[in-house]
Amino acid sequence: MIPASFDYHRPASLADAVQLLSQLGEEARVVAGGHSLIPMMKLRMAVPEHLIDLRAIAELKGICMDDERISIGAMTTQTEIIGSAALAEACPILRETAEQIADPQIRNLGTIGGNVANGDPGNDMPALMQTLDAQFQVRGPGGERQIAARDFYEAAFFTALGEDEILVAIHIPKPAAGHGYAYEKQKRKIGDYATAAVAVTLSMDGGRCTAASIGLTNLADTPLYAEAAAAALVGTDLDAAALDAAAAAAEAVTEPVSDGRGPSRFRSKLAGVLLRRAVRSAQARAAQAHTA
Amino acid sequence: MSKTAIAMSVNGQKVEALAEPRMLLIHFLRETLDLTGPHIGCDTGHCGACTVDLDGQSVKSCMVFAVQAEGAEVTTIEGVTQPDGSLHAIQEAFREHHGLQCGYCTPGMITRAYRLLQENPNPSEAEIRYGISGNLCRCTGYQNIVKSIQAAAASLTSVSEAAE
Repeated sequence: MIPASFDYHRPASLADAVQLLSQLGEEARVVAGGHSLIPMMKLRMAVPEHLIDLRAIAELKGICMDDERISIGAMTTQTEIIGSAALAEACPILRETAEQIADPQIRNLGTIGGNVANGDPGNDMPALMQTLDAQFQVRGPGGERQIAARDFYEAAFFTALGEDEILVAIHIPKPAAGHGYAYEKQKRKIGDYATAAVAVTLSMDGGRCTAASIGLTNLADTPLYAEAAAAALVGTDLDAAALDAAAAAAEAVTEPVSDGRGPSRFRSKLAGVLLRRAVRSAQARAAQAHTA
Repeated sequence: MSKTAIAMSVNGQKVEALAEPRMLLIHFLRETLDLTGPHIGCDTGHCGACTVDLDGQSVKSCMVFAVQAEGAEVTTIEGVTQPDGSLHAIQEAFREHHGLQCGYCTPGMITRAYRLLQENPNPSEAEIRYGISGNLCRCTGYQNIVKSIQAAAASLTSVSEAAE
């Protein structure tokens, strides 16, 4: 499979990339790791005349954090996220999720920026970013702005990112110390998208859940921030009734398609099953963090 | 469409050739440089038969344009073999432990194992299986591939201990 012809650009700075993108207009696409765009180009479902490769732009790389927030450059690869001890300490669900994406070769090139900005409902990071209340820092010819992950996704492959804008970095409020977390994903095989996946973070105090956040992957044409499901947990001791209510609330917001991964009703039901597992796992980890 | 000059290092040798930007790295290696060790299996990034080393990381060369590897260091299965033509310890182990049947996945499998054992010289069985999860084999059921990589790890570790 041979893609259509294009001109290749490898700008060395973000300013150059933004300028190229606005100058070349809608026939241009930026490429990060390329593991969504290049397959689309091979199938000729994407036919850009200009490819702007972001790989040489050092300012889009790297992970840093202060007391309040974690910042991850858009071109940081999944392998780099898995390898970061600082991230694993401050926000371990990032590693747990990245480890379940595709395979080692893909994670070596695939970036967090590409994963969140492409708008593919099958990608895992978007729902996690909503769970963690991340902000996306984007830059266009008019300057920079921030878009909340919870406002970013409009429909499959449609996002709030302007055609002349580039995702620069992701900013995540540092989760509370001792929080529990889990990313539970069911997939048919390595390299397949989730049949369903659920991200959960929560905080416990004396056996009582004091805060919770839940995101759902590949269960609609956008990632889902399951606000009502999380609200059903807060203030409870995570008893069976609370889990039943949360699972029902999560299932209610799903609208999965029927495809090779299963019929729609099965996938909705699976959201509830995975939510129960994720909450139990997060609860156990929060308890561990308290005894540690 | 116009071709651009692409320069990179392949198996330790500087190479320079003309290619269209749309030429995939696997085609550049196989057709322009005549390195037919890396194979084209699925052509969709799943099977790993085209796995090569790009700047010290395993990648699928059907998912990278040759022009993106400008200035990079690439190692293919041809570069895993010793300069005198003798087999690398991983290749020996695959032969010894029947780590292949039809052989189609083998160059990608060994190139991946070559990098895996540098990242983690003493992997557990689970780490090997996770580490080669981007490489598909339709013959062996993976059992002997895992054994081969375990044997190669043991032999490479004993060599490096002897050297110390």
